[in-house]
Amino acid sequence: MEKVAIDIAKVRDDFPILKREVYGKPLVYLDNAATSQKPQVVIDAITEYYSTINSNVHRGVHHLSQVATDRFEEVRRKVKEFIGAAHEHEVIFTRGTTESINLVAYSFGQLLDDGDLILVSQLEHHSNFVPWQMLAERKKLRLRFIPMNEVGELDQEAFAELLNEKPRLVAFNHVSNSLGTIHPVKEMIEKAHAAGAVVVLDGAQAVAHMPINVQELNADFYAFSAHKMCGPTGLGVLYGKEKWLHAMPPFMGGGEMIKEVKTEGSSWADLPHKFEAGTPNIAEVMAMGAAIDYIKQIGWEAIDAQEQELLRYATNRLNALPGMRIFGSSKDKVSVISFLLEGIHPYDAGMVLDKLGIAVRTGHHCTQPVMDYFHIPGTVRASFAFYNTKEEVDALISGLERVIKMFRG
Amino acid sequence: MSIAEKEAEVIEEFAFFDDWLSKYDHLIELGRDLPMIDESKKTTENVIKGCQSQVWLDGYMEDGKVQFKADSDAIITKGIISLLIRVLGNEKPQDIVETDLRFLDEIGLKEHLSPTRANGLLAMVKQMKFYALAFSAKN
Repeated sequence: MEKVAIDIAKVRDDFPILKREVYGKPLVYLDNAATSQKPQVVIDAITEYYSTINSNVHRGVHHLSQVATDRFEEVRRKVKEFIGAAHEHEVIFTRGTTESINLVAYSFGQLLDDGDLILVSQLEHHSNFVPWQMLAERKKLRLRFIPMNEVGELDQEAFAELLNEKPRLVAFNHVSNSLGTIHPVKEMIEKAHAAGAVVVLDGAQAVAHMPINVQELNADFYAFSAHKMCGPTGLGVLYGKEKWLHAMPPFMGGGEMIKEVKTEGSSWADLPHKFEAGTPNIAEVMAMGAAIDYIKQIGWEAIDAQEQELLRYATNRLNALPGMRIFGSSKDKVSVISFLLEGIHPYDAGMVLDKLGIAVRTGHHCTQPVMDYFHIPGTVRASFAFYNTKEEVDALISGLERVIKMFRG
Repeated sequence: MSIAEKEAEVIEEFAFFDDWLSKYDHLIELGRDLPMIDESKKTTENVIKGCQSQVWLDGYMEDGKVQFKADSDAIITKGIISLLIRVLGNEKPQDIVETDLRFLDEIGLKEHLSPTRANGLLAMVKQMKFYALAFSAKN
């Protein structure tokens, strides 16, 4: 089979920021799990919207409003296809993954009763952890945790046992943001459904790396952000199965989400508008459409090939450094590597790498329970996108060699 | 030596380094030399948690002057702590309260006090001033 290779020079040319320097050194951007960079087409989509069709959607009778509404809804269709949803109205635009999860926790949470059990994994980003804690407190629910193991996978036996306790809802991520583990979500969802639970997936770290099909996964809810997949900040998606979205009360009240408002009470608009109160992030929605087109044009096969090659290469080179410890060694990983150099605090390593123009993330990555599990204060995390190169991995390695020299003296 | 004089001394000391590498090397040395805070003082009340690194700070009065002991798990943070203690420590409470620190800016390390660094240093400077304020109120 012919291998699909990425034309890396051409791809890098699409991202204007990759040409800039930091402290006089070429930027080596390895913080893609925090946010990805944006290709020119995405940046242009924002300018084009404001320059040519800016107007409010779903409201005006005038030409611009109709054009904006058409384009807005066209992107909803694109997102529907991008994630393999059954209906457009199952795609709710939010401000990001965090808001998507809070929406489910609040609205679906209203359907839960005193003493109901919720399962959340130990490997969650705080945004798929704290909303459930808050809900449990508010509705007096019980909250239990799916434990993780030494390699950074979810303990499937423990999960099966927890399911015997008949949870009403189970929430976990598709891909771990701090360790990169890809969980066997399809099987987990099947097991959870068999136990009678509804499943909320945090897909924030998955959408940039692999094609998603929510129907195939049979997820009840799937949350993700545009900015992790070459799209703009401030925009996210909540996919929800129609039957749940119908059953759930609204999250926020305001314009657009109503059918009728009377002093004695109001009724709600149809899906998806019931969950989209207020003027949405229209420009960002346009830009997300451009991001989806861009990713499709590069192609998942090429993206995966480049990222997995970078993951293999970087893992091997990192492991050759003295005192290197990589956290998360599941065989199913996206191109995220969390690590520590023995005796060197992640903040110190990050400070020096920064001065060399290398952007990595350091700290607990909003996953304190994961850091507690390993008894570490945090890690250095290098996360690669399809526009990164082996030369950039080499730059990271020489940066770390310098770190070792400075701190181990 | 007054706080302002000590600041001037640190600024002069750092003027000697012309690149970030030697500056960081110097900070690492200062961090290594920092007298550690007594383990018994590494309590939950004395910890300042940042997202990136954490700082322990203890302050007490001795002969009418405030003394500080501190530590951090990150060495660059420790280096900066040692500078802060050198400048603000062993001073009268009122002088610490009134000072407007400028030296970190001057030696190009102000970024370490930025809230986005979340290394506990910004909160530490505040906490040093709180100690001083509390001691000056007692007097």
